[in-house]
Amino acid sequence: MSHGLDLFGAASPEGAWTVGEVTRQARAVLESGLGPLWVRGEVSGFKSWQSGHWYFALRDRTAQLRCVMFQKDNRRLPGPPTDGMQVFVFGRPTVWEDKGEFRLTVIELLSTERGGLWQLAFEKAKAALQKDGLLDPARKRPLPLYPARLAIVTSKDGAAVRDIIAVTRRRWPFLELFVIPTKVQGDGAEDAICRALALLGRIARLDVAIVGRGGGSREDLWSFNSERVARAVAAVPVPVISAVGHETDTTLCDLVADHAPTPSAAAEAATPDRRDVAADLGQLGARLARGLSHRSERVTQRLDRTLDRLGGAASLLLERHRHQLSALSGRLDALSPLKILERGYSLARDAEGHVLKRIAQFPPGRAFRLRVRDGEVAARATGDEA
Amino acid sequence: MTPEQTSFARQLERLEEIVRRLEAEDLDLDDALKLFEEGVERLRQARERLTVAEAKVKQVLSEHAGKLRVEDFDG
Repeated sequence: MSHGLDLFGAASPEGAWTVGEVTRQARAVLESGLGPLWVRGEVSGFKSWQSGHWYFALRDRTAQLRCVMFQKDNRRLPGPPTDGMQVFVFGRPTVWEDKGEFRLTVIELLSTERGGLWQLAFEKAKAALQKDGLLDPARKRPLPLYPARLAIVTSKDGAAVRDIIAVTRRRWPFLELFVIPTKVQGDGAEDAICRALALLGRIARLDVAIVGRGGGSREDLWSFNSERVARAVAAVPVPVISAVGHETDTTLCDLVADHAPTPSAAAEAATPDRRDVAADLGQLGARLARGLSHRSERVTQRLDRTLDRLGGAASLLLERHRHQLSALSGRLDALSPLKILERGYSLARDAEGHVLKRIAQFPPGRAFRLRVRDGEVAARATGDEA
Repeated sequence: MTPEQTSFARQLERLEEIVRRLEAEDLDLDDALKLFEEGVERLRQARERLTVAEAKVKQVLSEHAGKLRVEDFDG
């Protein structure tokens, strides 16, 4: 003490100390005699106050030690410990003068249990999300097949954004990409991610979104295990792909999102490969041609049956139709039926474009159009065939 | 979706439908030809789409007034 009280000197009532003096002195003795130290014990009577400060006791079989962990220190932790949990704490022993209490001001707290506080916080948040149905597999939306607008919520400077841009450019270059930059770790990251996610709903005609970051330590990825961030992911109005860390990392965001691969696989999940789409188009083209030839064959068969019942006069015209039709069937690879015209066939159609295929459609004097290889010819039925 | 790409998805849907009808329905030659011609045109347009240039990358920022600002992404 500054005025140099002798600890054992005040033997008479006249020399009595004030309460303040003795607690101040006790504090000084304690703080100088016991520096910051690690203590091991069991958490008991845990309480988190409105202020965010944590109050609890550490116990072992013989004693207990009151502890406080201030908000500025505990906010680095994923979540609070629970009563009965075995922990290591690092703190400064002190005396709280206003209460006359011996306390440990805790700066760091580690759980000795498997997974520790991280696992505990994860399970707690997961249970809360589950309770609200956010982990229901039925909530998962299919990703669009041919997206036109993709948004990426991630760090502007990370490798993830560059990977995603490169992959989508290669696979599906018609995409409009919207990067919504956000802090992904450290102080304020949770808020930043939630704000960025909220912007997704404001991008017009957005098809799909990717939220995530590249690999990192458990602490680095922790923002994506925040219940708040997970709820923000669940609230995104378009399908969301959560892409956080490596394959072995599973975050709450992954559980809530519609799809959860690694960042490099996210771009592939979000887009088709244009080569595959081109191949699909090729198949559709082949089916289209086959479909038509199929149709033509049936019509041809019908014509054949009709042929038997018609006079010879009809045969020329029908024959011509039949040739047109079989030519169509033979041109599976040619994607236009008009290609057959190049081989010398022609197609008779009326002014509306209907194919004329029955004698009855050619009354003498009837004008029609004859489609040949290089254009159309106006023609007229002479009636000579009968 | 942007109009172009909406129509890409629709284009393919319609194309599928045309093929299915050609394959399954007992169509009149007129109708079959018309469907076929439409199919060929849609196929051509869809193929053309697959040759478009590079993806556009933009950056979305929120301004103080809550307005969105979109600018080119240079990252």
